[in-house]
Order: sequence, then structure tokens, then C-alpha cells
Amino acid sequence: MLHKFSRLVVASTVLLILAGSLVTSHDAGLSVPDWPTSYGWNMFTFPPRMWVANIFYEHGHRLIASTVGFFTIILATWLWMKDSRPWLRWFGVAALGAVVAQGLLGGLTVLFFLPPAVSTAHAALAEIFFCMTVAIALFTSPGWMRGDDDAADSHGPEAPVSATLGRLATLTTILIYVQILIGATMRHTGAGLAIPDFPLMFGGIVPDHWNARIAIHFAHRLGAVVVAIAVASTAVSVWRRHPDRVELAHPSLVLVLLTIVQLTLGALTIITRRDPWINSVHVVFGALVLTTSLVLTLRTWRVKFAAGAMHAKSGEVAA
Amino acid sequence: MRLRNVWMGAMSGTMAVTLAASVVACGGGPSNKSAEPSAPAGTPPGMKVDTATAGKVSGTVTVDGAVPKNDAIKMNADPVCIKENKDPQFQATYVVGSDGKSLGNVFVYVKDGLGNYVYDTPTEKATIDQKQCRYHPHVFGMRTNQPLEIINSDPTLHNIHAIPKTNSEFNTGQPIQGMKMTHTFDKPEVMVPFKCDVHGWMNAYVGVLDHPYFAVTKDDGKFELKDVPAGTYTIVAWHEKLGTQDQKVTLGEKDSKDITFTFKAAGPTATNN
Repeated sequence: MLHKFSRLVVASTVLLILAGSLVTSHDAGLSVPDWPTSYGWNMFTFPPRMWVANIFYEHGHRLIASTVGFFTIILATWLWMKDSRPWLRWFGVAALGAVVAQGLLGGLTVLFFLPPAVSTAHAALAEIFFCMTVAIALFTSPGWMRGDDDAADSHGPEAPVSATLGRLATLTTILIYVQILIGATMRHTGAGLAIPDFPLMFGGIVPDHWNARIAIHFAHRLGAVVVAIAVASTAVSVWRRHPDRVELAHPSLVLVLLTIVQLTLGALTIITRRDPWINSVHVVFGALVLTTSLVLTLRTWRVKFAAGAMHAKSGEVAA
Repeated sequence: MRLRNVWMGAMSGTMAVTLAASVVACGGGPSNKSAEPSAPAGTPPGMKVDTATAGKVSGTVTVDGAVPKNDAIKMNADPVCIKENKDPQFQATYVVGSDGKSLGNVFVYVKDGLGNYVYDTPTEKATIDQKQCRYHPHVFGMRTNQPLEIINSDPTLHNIHAIPKTNSEFNTGQPIQGMKMTHTFDKPEVMVPFKCDVHGWMNAYVGVLDHPYFAVTKDDGKFELKDVPAGTYTIVAWHEKLGTQDQKVTLGEKDSKDITFTFKAAGPTATNN
């Protein structure tokens, strides 16, 4: 039950990231100029007839964020009361702290007229929080909990995942996160179309002139290539070394597919001159690529959590 | 020490002579109409312009070349805005007269050369109205510390968001029709953009100056700066897309000068809304 609820938190966080990216894509961040009130109303009593134009995106983002915050309170409390793993209980508390900090950053960015540093930090922490919710869902999943039992069953203990693969997956996850940070910086400094053509850059392989925004945009394109190579390397490594380990092979496949979609969305964002929906879905898929890589990474290091998982099996979590 | 005293004395003497010359040049002495225009930079602090001897700078702003078409505005996001506007709406970026050359919505002002003159701050309010989901006016000027009344005449929500670089940024919601607020800018700044973050197509610009010598052209492209004291000035014309142009103008007492600014443009011919 707890695992199902954690999946609900994950799903609602995906929706929240979509809502947040729609705010930025529509340049709606200051369409509700006050915070935490909305045009002087309590956020929850702001009349729906007033949710017009860009207010729909900004106010909707605030309401979804409040809902996710409320869900996170429940999740953290539930973990604290029912899960026997102390580190996971504190991890739930940390997730709650992250969502509270995220809400404050969201408020600050409105009150200080969207300073790029605060807005980028808001985007960066959003990804961290999403990773935390996905990790909680993974740690409370039946598959994660049963891992040791299955290994000790009739099939015998499986070959441990090599540390090299673990390090490669970890590096890939870090690279994806850095790429998302560059993307967030690009969004919040208005550099999304600093290089207006694709796949060429000002008609060449590299830009023929430079400024700060062009450099940020170029770094994001270069980052896409680096991430694509890292993802491909990780997936090939999994399929070569552990083709029979479905808990690794499946997320590898999903990761590759998501990355292909994400690269396509990135190109379409430029070709469509930053169509708000394509741009926003690009942000969401970035988060999905990150968390899929995170799941793969955590599973490659699974052995590190074996004792904790065994411990928790007797608790509510296993249900 | 002695050397320093000699140097200080020489400097003081030079300054006294310069000051005396400035007073004479600004009307403190006998009038000499054939002389070069007085230099307002030497005007004693606190002196007001003598309108009896002041002149005028007038002129026309034109555009040369094919002016880009104004962007069409889609108001679908707010049913109230659609209801308030029956006709197709376009941005007011390029306002061109029937002759195809004269250019409106250009802010023309004296940039420098006014020296130490002081001017009374107007007590009447400048106004910007949010009506039919557009700003009225689109380009205007006002004085530092002059009250600016911001009105929401629409039966829908607006936020007025000023994005200055020198003055303080502000973003205020006006959710109710008929709401008014007043704001002042305490520093000169050309131009301060306004935007409504609810309705992304709404934008306006205000030029804030500490003197009264500014005007905004209509579609005939004409402007007039009255009661300008004799002197040499930089006159600037600003357009939101076509940039700025400037000219040096020397004005004698009771003098009039007519000047023309011509912006270059390239693109499909404009159609005024």
C-alpha cells in the first residue's frame, strides 16, 4: 500500500514538473504577482473564473505543488511510522524538507521577479525532489524487497553486478543531471533560441560568434551528445554483462528509448521556435531520463542495500 | 606648501572668471543676439527657463524602406478579451501614416545639453489604462516623481509589471475592473517597459525624464518640443524595434529648428491597425 502511494507521489510529481515547465514556456511566472496569496485571495479560494490566460498555468502549478506537498507529508509520515529502515525514514523526512524548500524557492522567484539564479535553483531542486520520490518508490517496491529471497532461491545466487557497471551508471546519472542544470540555466536566461538553427549552428558545425547565451546553448547541445554516448555505453554494458538480469536490462532499454525521444524533442523545440508544449514535454522527458538512469544506477548497487531490505520485509512496506 | 597655495589661488581665480562668464552668457549681462547661443551647462543651479526667450524644436520622424507587418494578436486565452475586441487585433509596433513614410509611436526627447535648469514637477497625473486588453497609450512620456495612475478598465484581471533598469521594478495585480493605483519613478530612464504577464501580448513603454522636453509622434510622424532655452542639445528619437537616432541641434533665443529623423526598415509593408 505504501509503495502504491509512493507511486502516486511520483505520478503527481511528473504532473507538477509538466505544470512548472508550462509556466516557464508560457512566460507566465509573474502572471500571479503575489505569493503565497493569489491576487489577494487565499490560494485555495481563488475563484476559477479568474484562472484566465497565463494565470491558468501559474495558479495551476501552485495548486498541483500544494497537492504534491500534501502527499509528501503523508508519505514521510507513513514511512516514519511503518518502515523499519531508519535511513529510509529519514530519507522521507529529507524529501519533505526538499519539497518545502522547493515551495519557498518558488515563492521567492515570484517575489523577486524571477532572478535566473533562484529560478534555476527551483528547477534544479525539482529534479532532486523527483529523484527522491522515485527512489522511495523503488525502495518500497516488492521487487526491491524480494531481491535477496529471489537470489537465494532455486536459481542460486546471481552474479553480482560489476563495480565498473555501477560506476558507469552512476556517471551517466550525474551527467544527465548536469545536462538538466545546463538546460535549466538556458531556459531561465532566455538562451533557448540563442542558436536558432538545427542541426547546424549559425550554418556551421560550431557557432561563428559567441556570447554568454550562445555558450550556454552550445553547452546544452554538447551535453546532449555526451549524455547520449553515456546512455548508450551504459545500456551496451548492461546487455553484454547481464542480459538475463531483467531488473537491469529493462530500465536500460527504457533509458535508451527515452533518450531518443528526448533528443528528438530537443530538436523540435528549436525547429518549432520553442513551442510551449513541445518545450515543456522536453523538460518532462529530461526528468524521466534522469530518474530512469537513477533506477538503473540504484539497482546496479543493489547489493549495498540487501541487509536493510531484508529487515524491512517484515514491516508494512512489504504489503 | 607655498607652491600649493599659489596653484590653489590660480585655480580659484580661473573658476571665478569662468563663473562670471557663464552668468553673462546666460542673460546676466547685456543681450547680444548675434553672439553664439548661451550654454545651459553653465546655468546657475536652480534657475528656471525663461519662456519669453525660449525656442522650439519640431520635426518629423519617417521610416525609409519596407516596414515589417505588425504581429497579429491572438486573444483566445481570455474570453473577456475576445469579447472586448470584435475586430482583429495587431501590435502597435509600427504605426505608419497614410503617406507610407511618417512613423508614429516614436519617443523624441532632449537627451543632454540642458545644464542646471530646474523644472516644477507636474502635479497632474500621467495615465496608463488597461482597456480592451491593450495598454493605452502604447508609448508615452512622463516626469520623474510625477504620479502615474494605472487603471484597469477591463472586466478581467491584469498585472502591471514594470521592468526598469535604473528605477525599481514592480509587479502589481489589478483583478477588479475599475481598480486604480499610483506609482512614481524617481530617476530618469528611457525607456521603461511595461508588460502584462497574464496577457503576453500587452506591452507599453514610458520614457521618464527630469525635464519637460519630450514628445511621442502620432501617425503623422510630427513632434514639437516647446520652451527650449537657447543652447546646443542632443535630440534623440527612440523606436521600440528600429532603435534610436540622435542629432545635435543648436538653438538661439526665440529660435525654431525643424529636424527630421529617418529610420531604416526592411520587411513586408506594414498595415496599421
